[in-house]
Amino acid sequence: MHELGVTFHIMDHLEKVAEENKVTHIRKVTLELGEVSTVIESYLQNCWTWAAQKRPLFNESELVVETLPAVTYCEDCQKTYPTVEHGRICPHCGSEHTYLLQGNEFNIKEIEVE
Amino acid sequence: MEKVRILEIKESVFADNDRQADQLRARLKEKGVFLMNLMSSPGSGKTTTLKKTIEALKNDFRIGVMEADIDSDVDALAIAETGAKAIQLHTGGMCHLDAKMTEQGIEGLGIEDVDLAILENVGNLVCPAEFDTGASKNVMILSVPEGHDKPLKYPLMFEVCDAVLINKIDVLPYFDFDMELVKKYIHQRNPKAEIFPVSAKTGEGIEAWTTWLKKQVADWKS
Repeated sequence: MHELGVTFHIMDHLEKVAEENKVTHIRKVTLELGEVSTVIESYLQNCWTWAAQKRPLFNESELVVETLPAVTYCEDCQKTYPTVEHGRICPHCGSEHTYLLQGNEFNIKEIEVE
Repeated sequence: MEKVRILEIKESVFADNDRQADQLRARLKEKGVFLMNLMSSPGSGKTTTLKKTIEALKNDFRIGVMEADIDSDVDALAIAETGAKAIQLHTGGMCHLDAKMTEQGIEGLGIEDVDLAILENVGNLVCPAEFDTGASKNVMILSVPEGHDKPLKYPLMFEVCDAVLINKIDVLPYFDFDMELVKKYIHQRNPKAEIFPVSAKTGEGIEAWTTWLKKQVADWKS
């Protein structure tokens, strides 16, 4: 929903990183995206391609998105289960007392630079 | 030959904004300015609720309102009628406000000139939840016509809010809106959320809400 906004945030941040590390060009950016984060990868790729043309540091750069699976934890039976498949109700014991352990991350993992 | 190397970043995309938000919050605390970030869907009654809130609190605090809109000033004009200071922040197409834009808004209001700064965020239940604005408290409005299932559909928004106003309770007889169920759904996401059923139109429930807000501002300033 806000892919263009986060694209600008990532580029702003990486421009600072580039300056600090005397980087002249970024070839590849690797992100980690949780399975249930609010960002859609295909939209993000489109926004990236568009914005990368406008910023010399990112010209022709490749965006790689690694997906992190969503895992939910049940407080009652203390087991974990895949969130996307089962949602909020624990498939082991039927409890509603569950919370997301991982899956809403949105991290910049690493960049390949010149 | 070109030298290629890998730089490990290992940081959340939102980390920069989170840092700026924490800095702004600390600065506001020092100056005794309470910042309320108000979020909701379009049409939930944010501006009408704000007008009622300002009327109730304008003798207690110097109030300033920042209206975030993609491109218009209708809300700022409506708020200015209450006598509160209002400024318009144009997001230029962006679907949310971040900490940096909020700080510029606070400068526009005058950090020395307000006790209670209210940020009326862009009408949207997804993006504003991801970006910490530096607010002392996050508040959202859910209106009866939107339905009681919204906490299931927009879990993050309900998780980040300290208080939820259920607005337009005057039309409850006309909708299949289950008040007890919505409270249960909200508390599943966020056990600490305060819930206030209100009608900004009739004024019902507004006193309980403004009493809570007044206490939050007083606690923040002490």
